[in-house]
Amino acid sequence: MDALLQHLVNGLVLGGTYALLGIGLTLIFGLMNLVNFAHGEFYTLGAYLTFAGLALSGLNFFVALALAIVLGAVAGAACERLLLAPLRGQSIDTTMLVMIGLWIALQNGELLVWGGVAKSIPHPFPTAPFTLGPVSIAPLRVFVVVTALALIVAAWLLIQRTRLGRAMRATFQDRETAALMGVKIGRIHTVTFAFGSALAAAAGALLGPVFLAYPSMGDLASLKAFSVVILGGLGNLPGATLGGLILGVTEELGAGYVSSGYRDAVGFVIIILVLLLRPSGLFARAERIG
Amino acid sequence: MSKRRWSLLFAALAVGAFLAPAGFAQAPIKIGVIEPLSGPVAASGNYVRMGAEIARDWINAKGGVNGRKVELVIEDNKSDPKEAASAAEKLIVRDKVPAIMGAWGSSMTLAAMPKLEEYGVPMVVETSSAASVTKRGNPWIFRISPPSEMEALGLEQYVDKLGAKKVDFLAVNTDWGRGSIQAFGDMLKKKGVEVGAAEMMEQSATDMNAQITKIKSTGGDTLFLTTAVEQITLVLKQSQEQRLTRKVITTGGSSSPTQLIKQAGAAAEGSYHIVFFMPWFPEAMPDGKLAKAFVDEWAKRGFPFEGLTEGFRGHDGIATIAEAIKIAGKDEPKAIQAALWKVSFTGVNGPIKFEKDGPAGKESGQSKPSIFVVQIKDGKVALPDFLAKK
Repeated sequence: MDALLQHLVNGLVLGGTYALLGIGLTLIFGLMNLVNFAHGEFYTLGAYLTFAGLALSGLNFFVALALAIVLGAVAGAACERLLLAPLRGQSIDTTMLVMIGLWIALQNGELLVWGGVAKSIPHPFPTAPFTLGPVSIAPLRVFVVVTALALIVAAWLLIQRTRLGRAMRATFQDRETAALMGVKIGRIHTVTFAFGSALAAAAGALLGPVFLAYPSMGDLASLKAFSVVILGGLGNLPGATLGGLILGVTEELGAGYVSSGYRDAVGFVIIILVLLLRPSGLFARAERIG
Repeated sequence: MSKRRWSLLFAALAVGAFLAPAGFAQAPIKIGVIEPLSGPVAASGNYVRMGAEIARDWINAKGGVNGRKVELVIEDNKSDPKEAASAAEKLIVRDKVPAIMGAWGSSMTLAAMPKLEEYGVPMVVETSSAASVTKRGNPWIFRISPPSEMEALGLEQYVDKLGAKKVDFLAVNTDWGRGSIQAFGDMLKKKGVEVGAAEMMEQSATDMNAQITKIKSTGGDTLFLTTAVEQITLVLKQSQEQRLTRKVITTGGSSSPTQLIKQAGAAAEGSYHIVFFMPWFPEAMPDGKLAKAFVDEWAKRGFPFEGLTEGFRGHDGIATIAEAIKIAGKDEPKAIQAALWKVSFTGVNGPIKFEKDGPAGKESGQSKPSIFVVQIKDGKVALPDFLAKK
């Protein structure tokens, strides 16, 4: 029983971070109809930017975190302007190949700049865990989950409740009509991609200090993000959030009670089942965005 | 010919002269190196490469092998077994190397091995610990790192002093990790020690909380941890978060205690580490002078100290191949294979000499390396109490 409680807490904490990874990707995937293979690289970028801010420039932890997120958005915007804008209207395969190229280039760039040795990112939280009966959790993890959930809610509000969010949804539902209504299509594309990248960078900045920063860290993140998006349905923010939590808890319980060797397999079995039984995602409504 | 054509011709000649080997009458001897230079275990692979480069420079400074310069052809296996096999093929077919050193992880080495047999090229294995590497009947394999069984045997004498009554295992889900659980589990059971959970983790996994929670519930006193330094760091930190209080012993020699002190901090305190090189006290190594020279050279090149526990493997691997080529008198794969059986010298780790291992008639070579145990005490690497008192 004690172990079960701890497993559930671990799973929810892990799931919260999966959710944060997933929503950035689901935005870009669902709204822009773009398979962003470079998503994990923005995650890596976020982690290294935080490391650079802290270890090299001696910034405050929270300032470095915020700066990493802002720079992640800038990098995303630049990438959309330079690589994706010229390809607008091309088939999904073309942009997919470009994103694979960007993924490889960024990952090797990171290897070149930072080297292969993992970096440990310092943080100001005490290492002694909070304990509640049999359950313990590190203060840093609490901070990460709370921030992740806050970012998810903020993202949802932005999409659903603001003019910009409405313009984004309109653009990706029907470009021509949105353009006729006065929406600046080019700008919306850039903003959406920058927003999705900023969320990935935020995940990297938050999780970098929990784990370690190394050039290939984005691969696993990408994999989890795609899983979450498939679970939740394309472009579905609440779906991605729940999908992340479900994936986290399932992996944790699978590792705890079935076999830790098949930890990742447990997650994938669920995804296969979802694809077979509910191909548009667990939480797909009759009509989805995008 | 027009003036422009003439100048082009001169330019081509000048470039040709520049490319020709200056001062060396003969072409260099090529040695292939396959290491994980990117991916999850990249740090270790890069350190091995640095050690290999030191060996190359030392050999060349002394006039090379049989009067010829040694050149390393280095390939990245990206921490991926598939890439290791294609790297071996590329080195053999395109670069025509007569011998290879590699490929760090057991799964990577095992994946490259069929290529060695197919083309008939020997490989000196510098890091891999899985027993299967030398048990598969591949006569082109010569291993200088200890298989897990040898390591377990080396630790056997200290089990009582460590006070282990019930142990759990946490290992990376590769040939190395699985083999290590088997080998140490067998040895401990023989000593009457109870074995609890045996948990696995994927090589790229970063969150090991599920495994730690499970281990916590077994009520053991000691945890055997088998993986590369990145994951050891994460496991130690996450164990601290979950208040898992165990004696931790890392196996496989890839723990780099110095890096753990830096990155895991207090979470690494008290942990024991099986290592095959003690750069903290080089004078205690079998050839203290060589070990000291290696540590000094490493520092002179500005390489990070924490890489030394991996870096020596690169030195010893290349030195072994160079020694065999010297004995063979030529850089031909078959002759090097035969000569490797006659190699006998002392490397940074200690004496290197191959004995037969594996199915009769197709034996691989296995050297018997020196094995040491160190402990992290007060943020420093020290000999454990049961060794220091001697």
